[in-house]
Amino acid sequence: MSLTRAQIESIAHLARLELEPAEIPAYQESLSRILDWVGQLDRADTGGVAPMAHPLAGLTQRLRPDVVTEQDRHELYQAIAPQVAGGLYLVPKVIE
Amino acid sequence: MTAIHTNSLTQLAQGLRAKTFSSVELVRAYLQRIEASQPQLNAFVSVTAEQALEAAAAADRDLAAGRGGPLTGVPIAHKDLFCTAGVRTTCGSRMLDNFVSPYDATVVAKLKAAGAVTLGKLNMDEFAMGSSNETSYYGPVRNPWNTDFVPGGSSGGSAAAVAARLVPAATATDTGGSIRQPAALCGITGIKPTYGRVSRYGMIAFASSLDQGGVLTRSAQDAALMLREMAGFDPNDSTSVDTPVPDYVAALDAPLAGVKIGIIKEFFDEGLDRQYEHRVREALAVLARLGASLREVSLPNLPLSVPVYYVVAPAECSSNLARYDGVRFGYRCKDPRDLQDLYRRSRGEGFGAEVKRRVMTGTYVLSAGYYDAYYLKAQRVRQLITADFKRAFGEVDVLVGPTSPTAAFRIGAKTADPITMYLNDIYTIGANLAGLPALSVPCGFVAGLPVGLQIVGAHFAEARILNVAHRYQLETDWHLQAPERFT
Repeated sequence: MSLTRAQIESIAHLARLELEPAEIPAYQESLSRILDWVGQLDRADTGGVAPMAHPLAGLTQRLRPDVVTEQDRHELYQAIAPQVAGGLYLVPKVIE
Repeated sequence: MTAIHTNSLTQLAQGLRAKTFSSVELVRAYLQRIEASQPQLNAFVSVTAEQALEAAAAADRDLAAGRGGPLTGVPIAHKDLFCTAGVRTTCGSRMLDNFVSPYDATVVAKLKAAGAVTLGKLNMDEFAMGSSNETSYYGPVRNPWNTDFVPGGSSGGSAAAVAARLVPAATATDTGGSIRQPAALCGITGIKPTYGRVSRYGMIAFASSLDQGGVLTRSAQDAALMLREMAGFDPNDSTSVDTPVPDYVAALDAPLAGVKIGIIKEFFDEGLDRQYEHRVREALAVLARLGASLREVSLPNLPLSVPVYYVVAPAECSSNLARYDGVRFGYRCKDPRDLQDLYRRSRGEGFGAEVKRRVMTGTYVLSAGYYDAYYLKAQRVRQLITADFKRAFGEVDVLVGPTSPTAAFRIGAKTADPITMYLNDIYTIGANLAGLPALSVPCGFVAGLPVGLQIVGAHFAEARILNVAHRYQLETDWHLQAPERFT
């Protein structure tokens, strides 16, 4: 398979990654080769085999009592944010 | 008197309790070695000398008062993806170059509680994606045995630091071989526990169904001492398993008579370097002399491990790394035009080339129209590989083989072709896919570079594989050898 420039641009858009135009051919080449190479999975007979999402077969997610355990630490958490004001995270204007 | 740094972790812990030396003396000696090695090895991203000396002084007070824990005063360092409150955690990425975690990872907190003193944060492949430690934003780490060669990855800083005697033990993580492969390439011991054995809370996520924290040390005995403190149930990690932690140290000495060892047939393939194979076969002969019974076992689906991994791991990484959006923490681009521009440029500028490649691979295999063909197919083959292991462990107690196909390679030798690089983990990925504990111990050299023997156990059989490794190390001295420039 050979991914086109437009396909790489579309994947990069879905992943919210800005690529330099000069980077795109290298990703076209390497992603195409990786996908070809993982294509060898087709030779495994997986008829009737259930997909495996994680190694903890049979374990279910735990529940905990419905009580408040977190304290309000927003000042600490926001101290590492790129831009905050009045306890809010700032981003460029979304609505005109 | 022999230099302090030649002691093993176990000896250091004993020496501290016997007051042979103080923690402050130890920490000073190791900090000096770290500083002197940094231009050659680049093993550390951050060195926290001041905090370490304070913690060491506190440890000495505890020891004097008879309040010492099992690791009180022992210096260690953390792979730079374990969050450390107040000390930056970069994950080897520009994205987190300015990130100071508000909390400690559970592993960090547990080791602190056991008395260990942290000297700093260790270099690694960016977001743990790499097998040579060449993808770090902070530059490559070099192999102490020959600084023209890679230390392996992604825990390359951890492995180089332990091999060069800059610390007696370092934490690390293993998603597809990132503890065992650098352990093999640097001639040290490294264990990846069972998935769920060590808490992942505060461990920056790469691929959540595969990531597992562990440790790099010089010997299995030291690894047992560390793992005993690191392992255990953590309510903060929903994949943490609530099962008791056995005393790994107490289990080390059990005799190997009657232990059934399976030699993984598929690991002795055409990709395995012949000299490497000889060293591994010599190690198997030692295990046979110790009374273990060895036989070949076949895991027919195992050769598909690497392609399965390069669907599953990128898929999970593309999801996990979606959190880096330039809004709440981490890197933000300059003067974003709008929100989309903020996301796209913060991520495009903040991530390195290999991380972007994996995020895009993952995005592709999860996208509409390709999900069944790639992602579900890989998950089904993962099931087949896991079933192979299960069958094998119905017949034998542990599985063995080489850790990697070759000894360390030259810096730059494999960076041009991602698939060549990915194949370094061909013998390690299987254990991650099945969630099994596995370790690597040094078993010789090829052209002056270390070779690793891999030992894989059944779920939660860490004590067994550490026992086999320890008995092997009682018979051999590969783990006692130090690189010439770092004796």
